[in-house]
Amino acid sequence: MLASRCCRQFQRISPVLREFHTLRPNSHKILGKVIKIVLILVAIISFYHCKPISKAIRFSTIELESQASEDETSSSDADSSAPSEAQEDSQDDDAPESSLPNHVPYLIVGAGTAAFAAYRAIRSSEPKAKILLVGQEEHLPHMRPPLSKELWFSDDAELTKKLKFRTWNGKERSLFFEKEAFYCSPSDLMELENGGVAVVTGRKVIKLDVTNQTAYLDDGSEISYDKCLLSPGGRPRNLDIVFVAFLMFRISGSKKNMKVYQVFPEAGNMGKVLPEYLSKWTMEKVANEGVEILSKTSNCKIDCEYVFSFILFLQISVDHIIAAVGLEPNTELGKSAGLEIDANLGGFLVNSELEARSNIWVAGDAACFYDMKLGRRRVEHHDHAVVSGRLAGENMTGARKAYQHQSMFWSDLGPEVGYEAIGLVDSSLRTVGVFAKATSEDTPRAAQQAGVKGQKEEIAKEPEVVETKSIAESEDFGKGVVFYLKGKQVVGILLWNVFGKMPIARKIIKDGEKYENLSEVAKLFNLYDDDSKN
Amino acid sequence: MSYCRQEGKDQIVFLSKEDYDKPPIGPVPDENEDDDEPGLIMENGDINWNCPCLGGMATGPCGNEFREAFSCFHYSQDEQKGSDCYEQFKGMQECMQKFPSLYDNESGADMDAIAEEEAKARSQTTVDDGEKSGDNSVNEADDKSDAETKS
Repeated sequence: MLASRCCRQFQRISPVLREFHTLRPNSHKILGKVIKIVLILVAIISFYHCKPISKAIRFSTIELESQASEDETSSSDADSSAPSEAQEDSQDDDAPESSLPNHVPYLIVGAGTAAFAAYRAIRSSEPKAKILLVGQEEHLPHMRPPLSKELWFSDDAELTKKLKFRTWNGKERSLFFEKEAFYCSPSDLMELENGGVAVVTGRKVIKLDVTNQTAYLDDGSEISYDKCLLSPGGRPRNLDIVFVAFLMFRISGSKKNMKVYQVFPEAGNMGKVLPEYLSKWTMEKVANEGVEILSKTSNCKIDCEYVFSFILFLQISVDHIIAAVGLEPNTELGKSAGLEIDANLGGFLVNSELEARSNIWVAGDAACFYDMKLGRRRVEHHDHAVVSGRLAGENMTGARKAYQHQSMFWSDLGPEVGYEAIGLVDSSLRTVGVFAKATSEDTPRAAQQAGVKGQKEEIAKEPEVVETKSIAESEDFGKGVVFYLKGKQVVGILLWNVFGKMPIARKIIKDGEKYENLSEVAKLFNLYDDDSKN
Repeated sequence: MSYCRQEGKDQIVFLSKEDYDKPPIGPVPDENEDDDEPGLIMENGDINWNCPCLGGMATGPCGNEFREAFSCFHYSQDEQKGSDCYEQFKGMQECMQKFPSLYDNESGADMDAIAEEEAKARSQTTVDDGEKSGDNSVNEADDKSDAETKS
């Protein structure tokens, strides 16, 4: 407690951070340089909290990602004809503001992944639908995960410049969901016989009149709609508190010859997701990759221009800071639209059909939806954007479907561990983890082991507790499945180095059956089969 | 030998290969039941235009022409399947020629993949299940970069 109340400081010693801050717009080699680090630990007692200052470095996953895409687009203009064409096209589109239609059947606020999934679903069930997307970004809808995965890991700089990456099977793929030519110009949208999808980039919907079904844009234009989807995503959280960082793993795994620190308030890596033992085990793995981990470190301040007195004054000078502190859902429109915001989870309150009010749906990060199986939720993951966007799109064309197909998420924690997860994967829940036993049979462990065969019932009812340090230390959580439970119902499943089994995991959560013995259920998850990781 | 231990609220089971290989005891979910996501061809034989495996084909600027051609092909009763769909395919080709940057070689490959999907779905209506996971992987690979991150 004491530690969290104290202001542990990240204080730059050199002005490098500020340089980086100003350099950022032109620099896409965020990870390129070797990071020099000076670590000073000072112990002085105080409960002093620095005020966050306006110039503190504030960016997180989202901003970083959009930044990266901007950087790379601009750098690719010179080399690749496609993006420069795209540039010209979009300039044409942008030219007269009055070219926006006054009325559209389908209006989508936001132009991210959920918007993409929604327009695809709408046009799938209504082939001639006319859909207008209004997005703040200057870019057409694109995928986010590769920005912090493939594009960072890629050795092919040329490919990265073109905003392309290779998929696991070697196929080249663009970051953009669709090419420029896929979309029509907003001014043509209402004229096209077969309809189409148009994207207005760099514009923001600032007001929504739900009664009159009209959206007001920041350039003064008004667009009335028949049906509207809000998929505005989120904005970067301030870096006052360091949260658990999904992103950091990907960074630490990406480059050699680089000193990397990872800082978070939890006791171990992914502490809000993984059960404690797995979190600690993972932390060791990450440390073995050469990452210096500062766990249980909160209230970090960056570039704080104060003279401090602290209990634990931690001072690190670095070249680059990558903040992966999550986002706040964009719900500003809630006021003008009169839409309710969930007090606990944030996001627009919607029903299980993702509907907020008549003719208004919400999808993606900003949707606080009712999951009939798992309760009220808000999810910030790529696949959720796809799943909820698609569902909203279907419902906008009259499907009246409830949220049923659970979205999943995944993360790779360096070269040795990758996982996929579905449902409520929350470390505060009770869990049962079933792991493949490491092949090496060491005797001290064997002495205390009892066979599952003779222990079947006990596992579910009264597990034999064998808590010996030597066992715990020699355990290897290389491959397994973790069930997250509410009562006896499985509400979440984590597939740890187990791949290709998401459909069965999804089914278990959907069915909501109660299983007496989860180590039997675990047999469906190829714990011992040859690595199915492609 | 398998064993089990408890750490606070968390239970940890290490399942030995020997025990893993034994058939599951007690009720476990049916692995072979269909996931709720249909593939390209739905159970009733209709085309699922929302299948991620179609990419942007059915929703893009030539989506309408594509759907006419592909529907004709799919429901074709002609001896040489699709040979009665000349007009529809011509219409699709003409539309696609207006968008060379969109429907280039790459999308030609897409068409092959879709044809493959269709053929597979057709063969599956009798065989089923076995290939289902393959089916999903196509869907997922297309829809999210999920599978793609697994290298």
